[in-house]
Amino acid sequence: MLSKRIIPCLDVKDGRTVKGVNFVDLRDAGDPVELAWNYSNQGADELVFLDITATVERRKTMVELVKAVARQINIPFTIGGGINEIADADALLNAGADKISINSAAVRNPALIDELAKAFGVQFVVIAVDTRSTGNKNIVHLNGGRLPTERETLEWILEAESRGAGEILLTSMDHDGTKAGFDNGLLKTVNDAVHIPVIASGGAGSVQHFVDVFEKTNVDAALAASVFHYGEILIPDLKNTLQQNSIEVRMV
Amino acid sequence: MDKINVDNTQASPTSEATPPLGGGGIGIIRYGAGNIFSLTAALDRLGIAYGMIHNEADFEQFDRYIIPGVGHAGAAMQKLQHTGLVPKIRSLTKPVLGICVGMQLLTQHSEEGDAQLLDLVPVKTLRFADSAEYKVPHTGWNRVYPEKENKLFANIPQGSHFYFVHSYFIEYNGAYTLSSTTYNNKFSASIWLDNFYGVQFHPEKSGTYGETLLTNFSKI
Repeated sequence: MLSKRIIPCLDVKDGRTVKGVNFVDLRDAGDPVELAWNYSNQGADELVFLDITATVERRKTMVELVKAVARQINIPFTIGGGINEIADADALLNAGADKISINSAAVRNPALIDELAKAFGVQFVVIAVDTRSTGNKNIVHLNGGRLPTERETLEWILEAESRGAGEILLTSMDHDGTKAGFDNGLLKTVNDAVHIPVIASGGAGSVQHFVDVFEKTNVDAALAASVFHYGEILIPDLKNTLQQNSIEVRMV
Repeated sequence: MDKINVDNTQASPTSEATPPLGGGGIGIIRYGAGNIFSLTAALDRLGIAYGMIHNEADFEQFDRYIIPGVGHAGAAMQKLQHTGLVPKIRSLTKPVLGICVGMQLLTQHSEEGDAQLLDLVPVKTLRFADSAEYKVPHTGWNRVYPEKENKLFANIPQGSHFYFVHSYFIEYNGAYTLSSTTYNNKFSASIWLDNFYGVQFHPEKSGTYGETLLTNFSKI
C-alpha cells in the first residue's frame, strides 16, 4: 500500500535556509544540507526547497544547492522558486533534483507545463498553486498570496493536470500561518477532481491536523515548515500517531 | 562468470578510461536517457567503485553493470539502439541491474510507445489502468515483498518501503518476479533472470534500504 508522505519545506536564500530553526544538535542551522539530512534521518519522506534568491546569479546558486543536497540525501526532493524556462529545469534535473515546482511562471505561461512534461516527463513537474478565498470563489494568487489572478483555483488545477502536471502542491493562503489546520474542504474537492497526487500545504499546527487532512481528504502528502523547524512537531511522533490512526506511513 | 583482475586494471595510472573510484566496479551504461547524478552520488556515499560505459570496449573494465533510465520506455529503447550497444548488452554474463525505465528495457515489450524492448526477461511492461482511486504516476513510498531468496535483497526485511515514480509497470510473473508491490494491482517491484536484475523503484532515493540494495548488487 502506498504511504502518505510527510514533507518538510525549507525556504532558501543565496544557498542558506532563512526561516529560523531551533533544532538541538545542529552545527549550522542555516545549512540546508545539514537540515535536510536531519529531516531525512527523522523519517521525512521527501523534501521541498523553495529558493527565494533574487540575484542574477540565482540559477547558479540553485544548481549548487541541488548538487549539495543530492550528494548527501537519500530521499527525493523538489526545488521551486524562479523556474521560468526549460533551461532552468534542465540544469536542476542534471544537478540531481527529482522534481521542480512551478508557480507564477506556469500561470503566466501555461504552455510551459506542456513543454516541461514533454522534455522531462510528468513525474518531474509539480505545479504549486497558492489559493485564497474571495467571496465564494477560490482564486489563484501569485507572489506568496499577495497578487490575485483571474484564475479560479480548481479550473486552473484541472488545466495544469491536462497540460502535464505530475503533482499539485496546493497551499491555502487563508490557512497558511494560522496553525488552525489544513483547508480540508478545498483539498477534498481538488483531490477528488484530479488523477494526479496532491500535496496539502498551509495551516498545520498539530499532529491531529495531519490525521484530519489524510482522513478527510485522502490527499497523498502533507507539507509544513515552521512546525517542523521549531520542533513543535517531531516527525517520528507524527508518524506514530498517523500509524495508530490506521494511516499508512513509512516508519524508519 | 569471468573474473577480471581488478587490481591490475587499476594499477595503470595512464588509463584514461579508469573510473574515478577504481575499475572493477559498476559500469553505468550511458545512452542519453535520464540524469545519473543522484545514482553516482549514492555510489560515492557507499564507497562503491563505478565508471561510465560509452562503447563496447568499456564493458571489459567492469564486474557488473547498471542500466539507468527515466522517462519514456520507447524513446529510451531508441536511444539505446542508437548507441549500437544492444547486442553487447544482450550477450552480457556479468550481473546487470536495470533501474526504473532501465528495468523496463529488460522486458519483452512496453505499452509505452508500443515498443519492442531487449527481451532479456520474458515479461511485459503495461500501463496502470485509469482509476479514480489510484492515481498515476504511482508516486511515493510503497512496500516491497521479496518473493525469492536472492542476495539483492539481503538484509532487507519483507515490507520495506522503497520510492517509486512511474506510470507503467511490469506484470507480476511467478517465475521472474523477484519482489512484488501492490498498488491497484500486484506487480513486479523487481525482476530477475540469470544475471539480469531490474528494480522499478529508485534505490538511490529509497533511504537506507535503497542503499543496502545498491551495496548488495555491488557484491553479487
